[in-house]
Order: sequence, then structure tokens, then C-alpha cells
Amino acid sequence: MSVIKTEHLTHTYSQGTSYEQAAVSDVNLEIEPGELIGVIGHTGSGKSTLIQHFNGLLRPTSGKIYVDGEDIWENPKEIRRIRFKVGLVFQYPEYQLFEDTVYKDIAFGPKNMGLSEEEIDRRVKEAALFVGLKPHHMEKSPFELSGGQKRRVAIAGVIAMSPEVLILDEPTAGLDPKGRERILGQILEYHREQKKTILLVSHSMEDVAKYTEKVLVMNHGKVAMFDEVEKVFSRSREIEAMGLAVPQVSRVFLSLSEKGWPVPANVYTVDQAKTVLEKILKQGGSANA
Amino acid sequence: MLKDITIGQYFPGKSVLHRLDPRMKILLTIGYIVMLFTVSNPLGLCVGILFLIFAYAISGIPPRMITKSLKPVIPIIIFTTVLNMFFVKGDPLFDWWIIHISRQGLLTAVVMTIRIICLIAGTSLLTYTTSPIALTDGLERLMKPLKKIHFPVHELSMMMTIALRFIPTLIEETDKIMNAQKARGADLESGGIMQRAKALVPILIPLFVSAFRRADELALAMECRCYRGDAGRTRMKQLHYSWQDGVAAAMTVACIGAVIAVNIFAPVMF
Ligand SMILES: Nc1ncnc2c1ncn2[C@@H]1O[C@H](COP(=O)(O)OP(=O)(O)OP(=O)(O)O)[C@@H](O)[C@H]1O
Ligand SMILES: [Mg+2]
Repeated sequence: MSVIKTEHLTHTYSQGTSYEQAAVSDVNLEIEPGELIGVIGHTGSGKSTLIQHFNGLLRPTSGKIYVDGEDIWENPKEIRRIRFKVGLVFQYPEYQLFEDTVYKDIAFGPKNMGLSEEEIDRRVKEAALFVGLKPHHMEKSPFELSGGQKRRVAIAGVIAMSPEVLILDEPTAGLDPKGRERILGQILEYHREQKKTILLVSHSMEDVAKYTEKVLVMNHGKVAMFDEVEKVFSRSREIEAMGLAVPQVSRVFLSLSEKGWPVPANVYTVDQAKTVLEKILKQGGSANA
Repeated sequence: MLKDITIGQYFPGKSVLHRLDPRMKILLTIGYIVMLFTVSNPLGLCVGILFLIFAYAISGIPPRMITKSLKPVIPIIIFTTVLNMFFVKGDPLFDWWIIHISRQGLLTAVVMTIRIICLIAGTSLLTYTTSPIALTDGLERLMKPLKKIHFPVHELSMMMTIALRFIPTLIEETDKIMNAQKARGADLESGGIMQRAKALVPILIPLFVSAFRRADELALAMECRCYRGDAGRTRMKQLHYSWQDGVAAAMTVACIGAVIAVNIFAPVMF
């Protein structure tokens, strides 16, 4: 059974005013447990709007959302329970920190769940370890940390709730390449070890290509594609037509194959490119000899 | 949602009223208020009402905005009406048990009610047709003479401008932080007063932190552009009185004149 399912999900901001505008329209999706999905789309395509529906922060203007087969708006009083199941890390989450120590801030979510002291302690430590925070950070004020460290505290705050589905809205925005790699690596590890479903919103095609298994492409509030990474990136021309960039490697290989070189058109990571090129060069070399 | 709250109720438009000099509009509004309170005769009050209807008509502001502006003051209107109706002594008109209504009381109640309605509708017209920035600009110019007595006119108006500029930003930010904490299971909707107040902490702290950060950044940015307060500062937007301002002023003065004339020559009715 799919963990998240939407039926004709539509959301219109400021309904009934002159500013009315459908940010997400008629989205039908089925997300299976354990999937690692990259969500891409141009600015304003409705990514953030869509994901805020998955944990009941936004209520659809029309359509339905099912989490674990249960219509989440059937009983609006129970919506908090859904939020513990579907964890959402916002864009620039470091601005939501408020406690006087890192430990307490990470414990905020688990405490709201009404867990026991020992369980909270266990989860906080585990989550902190997961995102790579050191024990000596735990008693510091979150406001004393660097931007990247704050980001990790915020992510740990959601991971500590141990949600079945973890959604991250551009978790690497504004970080340096090393910081990005670390955060993405840790998210990947969380996915592998805990077998949780993960949705990763990102503007970086390289990151999506490298880390995710499936890609959801949003275009003007609609789902343009939802498929395995290679299948999506083999349609590079369509993606480019939506104003998105495909990974640079993809572009190179696409151009090569259009020029008549015998290379596959769906290469999207540097590692793949290396393997493919080595093979071709070897063949070419032997043909020349 | 929080975003639906509008502060400063500017209603963009292109009418003559929109184009008047903000200074003139402020002065005329003050003139109108004074006029409302010098009225001592129903005839004069009619002049005031007609003037207001005329102003709304040429402003292009939809009439339902009048009722909208009156909504928050309805309790006050009812309160003064009741107070005047029952407690002003005079020729008895209606007597039953402990309820006594006099002719004078009824008249005062009606006049007071109309006065308050005109007052609110009139001042609302000012904010409907003037953008908050133009309003502070106009206020600053009008209060300029106060600088002679070292009243910080420029600083005050700069503060007002900045506050107006950042209100929407802060509202948006509050929305965002609330969502982020709700995503972590914060419960903002249930519980007693104490519990609710406590639930605000995770929202207020990040909000203050970010407001201070913004203030810091803004101060730095202003300093980088050599902002040094009022001294030697010229304006991008110059205010000029035009012939339309003259016409508006003449009409208002005529109106005030009419009211005063009515007050003097017509018999005072209460
Ligand atoms: N709170 C809001 N009120 C009104 N309109 C909104 C609101 N939030 C978003 N929108 C509008 O909805 C559309 C989708 O916005 P959304 O934030 O979902 O885009 P996005 O894909 O996340 O973009 P980005 O990549 O820039 O984060 C945009 O046109 C935006 O203007
Ligand atoms: Mg977004």
C-alpha cells in the first residue's frame, strides 16, 4: 500500500480574492514506502505548496490526501498525529530554533509526541548522531552555532520524531559544497538504515541525480513527470523546455549522442560517464590498432 | 490565515482624491473633523453628510468599505447612542417604568451617532485614498515646524515608514515559523490560557531573533548608503500643491463656512 496518495489534489491561495491563483492543480500521486524521491521544478512551480499538504499544514481546496490509506482530513482534530508520521523540514529551518540548548530544541518534537523521558533522550541522541552533531554541541545555545550546524540541529529536530516519511525542502540551500555533501550523505544514510520514505526538494539536478532513486518534476503546479531517475533524465530536452537544467554530464552526453556518437543518452552522473567513456575509448583504441 | 490582515487600508486608485497632496488631505480631514464637532444644528449635519457622500462618490471607493470601516466602532456607537438617549434630561417623550426618553435625548443621540459615523468614514477615506508611505511623508512635512522645538520629526516618520514596510514581512515570517513548529507537533489550538501562552514561546522567540537580525541588517545597509538622519537630505518624491488641491481646499472651506453660517443664523435646536 502506498504511504502517501493524493487524488485530484488542488490548492488555490487567497481563494475568492483578485489574487486567486492555483499553486497546485489536479495532482495524483502514489508514493510507496521506502522510496527516495527527488522533487524538482522551477521557482514557483508549487513544490513547497505540495509538500505542505502531505503533513496537513495546508488543506487542499479540493481533492484528497491519504497517509497510510487514511484520509487525513476526515478527522481534522487528529491532524497532529499525521504530523508525527510525516516529518517536514522547511526551507531555511534554522530560523525555527528557539530553545536555550541544542538538546532541548531537538527534544521539542518528541516531547510533543508525549514520549517518556528515556525514549526522548534516546531519540535526541540518536538524531544528533545521525546528523553529525558532536556531544559537546548538545549543551550549547543553538544561536551560537554556525549556519550549517544550525541547519543540522533543525533537521535532527524532525528526525528525532522518527517519522515514517521525511520531507526536506531544499535542505542544502545556501551551504558550501562540503556542507551539502555531508547533509545529503546523512539523509541518504537515514534512508538506508531506517528504510524510511524520503522526499527531497532540490534545485540542484546534480544532487537529485546522485542521491535519489525517483524524480518528481513539477511544472506550473502540475506533475510533469514522476519516474525513475534515468527515465526522467533521458527526457532531458523536455526538462530543459520547462526552464530546468539537467545535470551537466547529461547535457554533454545528450549532445554527443545527437551528434552521432555511439553513447547512451541517459547518463546522468560522473561515475556513469566514466564507465561508459572508458568502455568506448577501449573499443575505439582497439579498432584503431 | 494571518496574511489576510491588512494594515493600512490603502485602496489603490486614480481618482482626484488619490492624486491630492497628502498634506492637503490630512489638513482637510482635520478641518472636516473640527467641522463635525462645531455643528450644533441638524441642517449643518446634513451639509457634513452630503460633503462626505460627495467625497466618497468621486473617490471611487466602493460604498461597502464604509460599513467595513464602521464595523470595529459599532460597540462605541451603540454605547453613546444608548447613553445619550436615556440619560439626557429634557421634555419627556416616552415614560415607562425606569425608561425615560426625552426629546432632547433622542435628538442628541441621533446627532452623536451621525457625528461618529461621519468621523470614522471621513478619516477612513483618508487612509483608503492615501498610501501609508505618502501619509507618513505628508505628516513629516506638516510637522516640520515642530523641529524648531527639537521634536524628532524626521526620526519619527522614518520609524513609521520602516514599521509599515516590515509589517507584511513579519506577518509572513510568523506564518512560516508557526508552520515549522506545527510540523514538529506544536499544539497552538487547544488548552487553557496558560498553556496557550506557553505554546507561543516557540513562535515568539524565533520571531524576535529574526526581527532583531533584520533590524541589524537594515541599519547596516542604511549606514552603508551614508544615511545620517535628516541633515542635508533631499527627497526623491517632491510634494507639490496643484490646482486640484486648491479646489479641494476651497470646497472644504466653503462647507465649513456653511456649517458656521447655519450655526449662527438658524435657531439652535438643542
Ligand atoms: N502563502 C502564500 N500565499 C499566496 N500565494 C502563495 C503563497 N505561497 C506560495 N504562493 C504562490 O504559489 C505558487 C507556488 O509557490 P511555492 O512556494 O509552492 O513554489 P516552489 O515551487 O516551492 O518555489 P521555490 O522553488 O521558489 O521554493 C507561487 O506562484 C507563489 O506565488
Ligand atoms: Mg519552495
